[in-house]
Amino acid sequence: MHEPQDRLGETRPDDDVILSVRDLAVHFPLGGGLLGRGRRLLRAVDGVDLTLKRGECLGLVGESGSGKSTVALSILGLLTPTRGRIVLDGQVVTNRPSVDRKALARIVQIVFQDPYASLNPRQTVRRTLEDPLRVHGVTAKSEIEDRVAKMLRHVGLRPEQADRYPHEFSGGQRQRIGIARALILNPRIVICDEPVSALDVSIRAQIINLLLELKETLGLSYIMISHDLGVVEHMSDKVAVMYLGRIVENGHWREIFERPAHPYTQALIAAIPDPLRHAPLATTGGDLPNPLNPPNGCAFSPRCRYAEAVCRSEPGPVLETRVDGHAVRCWRSEEIAAASFAPSPLP
Amino acid sequence: MTGAPLIEVEDLRIDLDDGSRRVAAAEGISFRIDRGETFGLVGESGCGKSITALALIGLLRQPLSIGGGVIRFEGREIQHLSAARQRDLRGNRIAMIFQEPMTALNPVSPVGRQIAEMFVLHKGKSWREADRLAVEALASVRVPAPERRVKDYPHQLSGGMRQRVMIAIALACGPDLLIADEPTTALDVTVQAEIIELMRNLCAERGTAILMISHDLGLVANVCRRVAVMYAGRIVEERGSADIFRAPSHPYTRGLVASLPRLGSRAALGRTRLTEIAGVVPAITNFPDGCRFNPRCAQATDICRTTAPGADLLDPGGLVRCHHHA
Repeated sequence: MHEPQDRLGETRPDDDVILSVRDLAVHFPLGGGLLGRGRRLLRAVDGVDLTLKRGECLGLVGESGSGKSTVALSILGLLTPTRGRIVLDGQVVTNRPSVDRKALARIVQIVFQDPYASLNPRQTVRRTLEDPLRVHGVTAKSEIEDRVAKMLRHVGLRPEQADRYPHEFSGGQRQRIGIARALILNPRIVICDEPVSALDVSIRAQIINLLLELKETLGLSYIMISHDLGVVEHMSDKVAVMYLGRIVENGHWREIFERPAHPYTQALIAAIPDPLRHAPLATTGGDLPNPLNPPNGCAFSPRCRYAEAVCRSEPGPVLETRVDGHAVRCWRSEEIAAASFAPSPLP
Repeated sequence: MTGAPLIEVEDLRIDLDDGSRRVAAAEGISFRIDRGETFGLVGESGCGKSITALALIGLLRQPLSIGGGVIRFEGREIQHLSAARQRDLRGNRIAMIFQEPMTALNPVSPVGRQIAEMFVLHKGKSWREADRLAVEALASVRVPAPERRVKDYPHQLSGGMRQRVMIAIALACGPDLLIADEPTTALDVTVQAEIIELMRNLCAERGTAILMISHDLGLVANVCRRVAVMYAGRIVEERGSADIFRAPSHPYTRGLVASLPRLGSRAALGRTRLTEIAGVVPAITNFPDGCRFNPRCAQATDICRTTAPGADLLDPGGLVRCHHHA
């Protein structure tokens, strides 16, 4: 009964794949005067391909401004892509006059970063969890009550806490409520956007473990967005690294973290402070370039220590997939791999 | 170098007055920082690390106040200085940078003006001379085209550039102590690396001591020689920073080190599940009796629930407050 009305006849070529994003682009026109003169185009996301398999977690990393959240909002149907195709659980959700938000909401949900800002302070937990059910046609009082109680238990809260307000909970508990809200409609995919960044350090492991458990017990697939590479490494099966609206590297978590091939991925990993050494942090030089005026050729070339003339010339490098499925967007990745890079080992 | 440390805090207590009663938001805080030293204060939100820093720089405001203890700067007690004397110390000898440079900078004043102000207020320079020094100060924090950038307003700069401006303001008068409260928390990891290296190099060149405050144990351990870990208003462990990670002594520190999803630990552990610290951080108004970590501690016994542990010295140097420490 919850079938979306307008299936575009997408067959399921690969049943393993729950989400596929092809050539996604989101461009924002900025400024400009009357008649749109002097208008500039911000290419927040420009040609992104992603594949999420059932039961897997795809980590999405990159600096702020790299387009991670724009990709997430597009998948959620909260932004209309300029171009590209998103297939969710076998259904094409792009290329329509208007996206059916209700149908989408039953497939994909999001857990936000800040559980202080993302819960309505004037609603009890019960109300926060009941509203989506009602909107989606669950009317029987007993069923609503059952599902709310069950969901609270799932996230490690007690059903009798349902009538409290957000301020009565600690940060960790609030994030549990945020997770419960995301899961109440039984979605297949959950986008976790920095789910532990706003939490106390001693609470983060609890929430990471909870997310890992729920993924198993409820058969969920995750997209994990975080700037904390430690968190991404822990949770992800595959990792995609974004830079200035494009994916620069994509592969199995172990490959990405143990044998990063793109100089940007290497720079990200090298910039993480090693608590056991008083050594200077590896710096990359320079800020993220202005996305309104991206550099010629490879977007990372102005900050890259390996950059040569070819890197600064058009067209820029393409994302090339190796036989092992690892993909890198860099002209020089093979030469760089030869001058290998290894993260410092644990004690 | 004289015998007196640059700054010495002894049994400092900071009270929170919520109108009806006073509670100690931090108590028994003691540490010392020598000239040119790097010292870290680590803990979660509400543990008292930031208010300790504010006490050092004389910026505690109602409902917070110093409830006891001594703060000595170069051997001189400074906790009861007049507002004017404190202002003289602050900015001139002790400077501070904050987490969010966008809110710490004045949004309606060009950044060059905000740097120049330091030279006018503390060094008695003319505005013309101060403006010239501001360009130099911006250049010293490696802001490109400083002579143009001084005219920019904070919103025209990136987060990393704004934090460079903050550092330029803080170091303008050549302070002896730089307090950095979560200086890179709002920044990306690559920008964080730049800012940390800049701060580290400038302070090393000028012999400025650093008191770094952060929730990020890994970052603090990398930057600082010594680290004090705070929990619920008390220092629970103080060590050389390498020892904190290699052989944490307090159960809280041990729990923290074990629970951090550090790069490489998944492969080393062979699993994704992390070690958790049970329970929640207690509220300031509701600190437990005895050792404040006891409700979350697997090793807690009766004495932990009744008696606050004293400081036990550790080898090689350092201290821990736990009845059952490792």
